[in-house]
Amino acid sequence: MIRNTITKSALLATGLMLSVQSLAEPSAEALGYTCAGCHGTNGASTGNAIPSLAGLSEGYLIGAMNAYRDDERSSTIMGRIAKGYTEEQIESMASFFAAQPVHSNINQKYDATKARAGAKLHDKYCSSCHTAGGTDPEDDAGLLSGNSKLFMKYTLADFHDGSRDMPKRMKKKMKKMLKKDPDALGKLVNYYGSGK
Amino acid sequence: MSKQNRRSFIKTVGLGAAAATAATYTPFAIGGATKKVVVIGGGMGGSVAAKYIRMMDKSVEVTLIEANKDYYTCFASNEVLSGERSLDSIKFGYGGLKGHGINVVHDKVTDINARARKVVTAGGHSFAYDRCIVSPGIDFKYDQIEGYDANVANTSIPHAWKAGPQTQMLRNQLKDMRNGGTVAICPPPNPFRCPPGPYERASQIAHYLKAHKPKSKIIILDPKPKFSKMGLFTGGWERHYGYKTDNSMIEWHGTPKGSDDNVLTSIDVKTKTATTGFSEVKADVLNVIPAQKAGKIAFTAGLTNESGWCPVRGDTFESTIHKNIHVIGDSAIQSPLPKSGYAANSEGKVCAAAVVALLNGESAPDPTYVNTCYSVIAPGDGISVAMVYGFKDGKIIKIKGSGGLTPGKFDAKLREREQYYGYSWFKNITHDTFG
Repeated sequence: MIRNTITKSALLATGLMLSVQSLAEPSAEALGYTCAGCHGTNGASTGNAIPSLAGLSEGYLIGAMNAYRDDERSSTIMGRIAKGYTEEQIESMASFFAAQPVHSNINQKYDATKARAGAKLHDKYCSSCHTAGGTDPEDDAGLLSGNSKLFMKYTLADFHDGSRDMPKRMKKKMKKMLKKDPDALGKLVNYYGSGK
Repeated sequence: MSKQNRRSFIKTVGLGAAAATAATYTPFAIGGATKKVVVIGGGMGGSVAAKYIRMMDKSVEVTLIEANKDYYTCFASNEVLSGERSLDSIKFGYGGLKGHGINVVHDKVTDINARARKVVTAGGHSFAYDRCIVSPGIDFKYDQIEGYDANVANTSIPHAWKAGPQTQMLRNQLKDMRNGGTVAICPPPNPFRCPPGPYERASQIAHYLKAHKPKSKIIILDPKPKFSKMGLFTGGWERHYGYKTDNSMIEWHGTPKGSDDNVLTSIDVKTKTATTGFSEVKADVLNVIPAQKAGKIAFTAGLTNESGWCPVRGDTFESTIHKNIHVIGDSAIQSPLPKSGYAANSEGKVCAAAVVALLNGESAPDPTYVNTCYSVIAPGDGISVAMVYGFKDGKIIKIKGSGGLTPGKFDAKLREREQYYGYSWFKNITHDTFG
């Protein structure tokens, strides 16, 4: 399939406008492949801290990369990486990852009791926006269930302490949830890490 | 003409004569039935190139020739020295690559016949190729240090700069050392594999000594005036290991430009004494990391220039000396990309895409590259360096505004995350390469 895409874009490039070559525009695959050393082959992460990118929506991926590039989303390394790409390149690599099947990392350790409680919390407070356990790309959000557990922990912590902005509705729901259950975030993290 | 150059020259002329007869039956790929690639070296560069060629085009026959049955990653091997991980945790086999339909051959390549497009092995086999990818990693310039050679490195004073048995030997020596002993580390001059490596090594050994042998010292005898991630490392050493105090566990002795102060000139194996231009240091554990050059086969095949490394085109990694042979990873002159595992991964993919395109009669696609590299100074204190690279006017360039280091100001939350991102990096890059 990848082979076909390469051939197709090569045909388009030669057929439509030869001058495109001089612009040195790497293909979507070439851009996506450079991310794999950290994010896993085709964006399917096998580690428990770096998130998977495979199968996420283009809109979400473009938004995330732009936010990193413009220092609007806190990060360790992604702010430094995202500044290396043009708008077109970000769109191009987003199309590559969006075309991959959603990956669930099911090999992580988790607390089964907490995970069960987390599943209930998710259904009650999160599922109206994050459908199918947060695995449906149509939601235009990051992967929740099956994503790297530590990444989910860091992300929720950042939303909670204000390092990262939350949509109004999410803020309201999180406040309500934590009022009822102060350990809710830990339970959600175990649910998401379980990949169930 | 240097000795090395003359040898390569004769070699090439010799190959030319052999090629005159060979050329008649060498398979020609474009328009032909077969597309054969031989990859030499199953490390970070060669393995990922072999795998990605098969991912991009299943019609290409790929043979990977590697002498060893297992590969030990150089990155993360410093954590074996501190006891934070086992040697087994950095060991990878070739089962995954076989699963991609790659013909993995455990043999040693003795020569590449560039004209006849053939690779010859010590096992007496010959492999024809349309394109050959050479990724042999590094070799050592033992002759620059009196008293040091490969045998000494294998038996008593390990460099441990190719992970494996020497890593375990160095670990054992640290375990056996008395409390109050001296560990001397002699890093190599530039350019060398894994620029932050010697300093992460000092950090990891200090982490072990602090917990188990707190009266001990680490002395770094460095032939350079500065080193990779220097501010981040020395900041970490201040935080964890008393650096800049009278009681510092780590002492770093650099060498100003033009001086020979801490340039290692000789060692005494029996007393583990290192002699530099300025001093003598008697160590309990001595770790000499010699100056480096391209892997041996790169010299045998005449792929190196006077620098001791292999000149290549930055967009295809094809040798500028021999057509149809590509060199990737530490052996290649790939600056501004560093000699790192992640750079080799990126180069392997760029090279794979170029090889597939060229075998199919297309022009090589536009390349893009990334380097990302993590070091752990102490538990909870991870740091990184990253950069995005492009290709412009025939050269690999750093993309302006991108990349750089972990911020110098210590932030416990971010440093802990960097450590765990580093561990995930390890999992994903090894799976991307061998899985």
